[in-house]
Amino acid sequence: MTENLTDTIIQSLSQYIAAEILKQPKRKIDAQEPLISSGLIDSFHLVDLALYIEDNFGVHIDDTELNADTFDTLNQLAALIQPRQ
Amino acid sequence: MQNFSQILQQTALETPERIAIYLLLNGLPARAITFGELMCGSAGYSNALAAAGVQPGEVVVLILNHSKDLVYAFYGAVLHGAIPTIMPFLTEKLSPDYYRASLAALFEITSPAAVITYPEFVEEVGVARSAIRCLLVSSQVSPSAKPDYSDRAVFGGLDRSPDDVVLLQHSSGTTGLQKGVALSHKAVFNQIESYAEALRLSPDDTIVSWLPLYHDMGLIAGFILPILKRVPLVLMSPFDWVRAPYKLMQAISTYRGTLCWLPNFAYNFCAQKVRPRHLEGVDLSSLRAVINCSEPMHWKSHQAFLERFRPYGLRPEALATCYAMAENVFAVTQGGLDKPVTQDRVNQHALLTRQAAEPAQDDSLAVKLLSAGRPIRNTHLRVLDANGQDLPDRRVGEIALLSDCMLTGYYHRPDLTENAFQDGWYLTGDLGYLAGGELYITGRKKDLIIVGGKNIYPQDLERLANEVEGVHPGRVVAFGMFDEQAGTEEVVIVAETDDEDIGRTEHDSLEQGKADAIAEEIRQRVTRGSDVALRYVKIVGRNWLLKTSSGKIARQANHDKYMQESAL
Repeated sequence: MTENLTDTIIQSLSQYIAAEILKQPKRKIDAQEPLISSGLIDSFHLVDLALYIEDNFGVHIDDTELNADTFDTLNQLAALIQPRQ
Repeated sequence: MQNFSQILQQTALETPERIAIYLLLNGLPARAITFGELMCGSAGYSNALAAAGVQPGEVVVLILNHSKDLVYAFYGAVLHGAIPTIMPFLTEKLSPDYYRASLAALFEITSPAAVITYPEFVEEVGVARSAIRCLLVSSQVSPSAKPDYSDRAVFGGLDRSPDDVVLLQHSSGTTGLQKGVALSHKAVFNQIESYAEALRLSPDDTIVSWLPLYHDMGLIAGFILPILKRVPLVLMSPFDWVRAPYKLMQAISTYRGTLCWLPNFAYNFCAQKVRPRHLEGVDLSSLRAVINCSEPMHWKSHQAFLERFRPYGLRPEALATCYAMAENVFAVTQGGLDKPVTQDRVNQHALLTRQAAEPAQDDSLAVKLLSAGRPIRNTHLRVLDANGQDLPDRRVGEIALLSDCMLTGYYHRPDLTENAFQDGWYLTGDLGYLAGGELYITGRKKDLIIVGGKNIYPQDLERLANEVEGVHPGRVVAFGMFDEQAGTEEVVIVAETDDEDIGRTEHDSLEQGKADAIAEEIRQRVTRGSDVALRYVKIVGRNWLLKTSSGKIARQANHDKYMQESAL
């Protein structure tokens, strides 16, 4: 059950990031792939990601959490979101 | 005429308790810094520089985040008589190798005597440090309780001549870092005096800024102008703002901010990314000018910003514009203060094909341009044709400047300095026209991409893309493409590959996979090696790119070809 939820979150985030941030809808993002430290998501789009998470999962990510130390992969991000739901 | 240090000393003597800066940083309580504290904190850095043997007139590079350390280190270097230059801090996305390479590029031309940074950064700088005599760590510097200004070995800044260089300002990338704009005390004062007049700056003003201090807009308008004119400054970090743009609105409301400078993209960014709950109780009615500057200005960005924030008290007449460049210290023109920003509706076809800004008769061909306003008092403008002859009103040409606040030169680059001037006039590389005494910027002659207000040299990005395997050497072009939603330029790279199959119009998924892999590698290299997060890469076959008659890759022509193909 938990695993399915995580998968759903990861899939949703992956599609959003590929289409809206990277502008490459077909791009696959691995759950382990570094997002922030690699520059894949640049600082201008971190707030978009936080807004998307709030709108779609009802979870608040604080602006002080928008950095690679708090999360850098989809796995880590999903782990941040899930307990707050 | 005085110098910087004398003015700082006088201010601290006359108004030691007056607040110079409200420093707002994430995770820390707001901190008010008085002029007295500013002097003591800065004097600590003057002491440290003197103890390290740094001489007046030598360059000191500051690699520090937005913090009181950065503020004190900057003015401490000035008080000592050294020449500070602020270097962008390493971001987490940037590869350490490229950061070291850019430091090396800066050091090579600038030959700094010292670098001031954080303890955890010493090693990073150390790799590129061969040319630097000393490395100062901010945590080891403490404020001076009672500065003794008669000790000129420490406060050599008090004896600097107004014609001496007071600071260097660089733009980013290897190219920008080798082209430091050197400004004298006198040039900065002349700019500040005439710009303050244009702004009708008064002691009742409060300036709010989140802008980076390594950029002219942040450094001059959002840091030096308020300090020298004793106008309170509310200083936020760009790092915090980009993650929480609402904090700018809250700061304006809390501190009753009256003046704020923003690059065009920030109007869109704030309008799109601020939640209503973060605006509860926010009152923006104190703002008398929000000044759009540093990248092409768009009326739609103004409109989006106004629509979003008008319910919170933003007055339409607060929207203002400015054309500025580091070479003129900062402002060249200012618009929208004595009357609303003029909008000029011109015929786009005539603009593109005949470089003529004719008032539009037909709505379908009209393009609406925002005026950058009138030149500030000490700056004179001309619009020149290709032969250096003056053009009449409403004809597009290169903008040239003459003022008493021009750069002393590009630091240690007499070659570049000489090329930049023609008969004493500085050639900006920007294209525009004059109408009714106001300036309109229409484009750029120089090869420069401006992303989020930051100047990016395409050759730096092309060099990075060139390193990727599968890219034909030298057959890469980088250019900017305006993104209306973001209100700024996006970077595009087109690269030719040696793989002949990829070049065919009809290729199979295997070839597509190869092209995608090359594109991805280019994205990564450029993203990690520059200030740009690269999104748009197109891999093409041989001979796709257009060259000039002299055999160079033509950036504008390839931009046009790319746009045409993308529209198909």
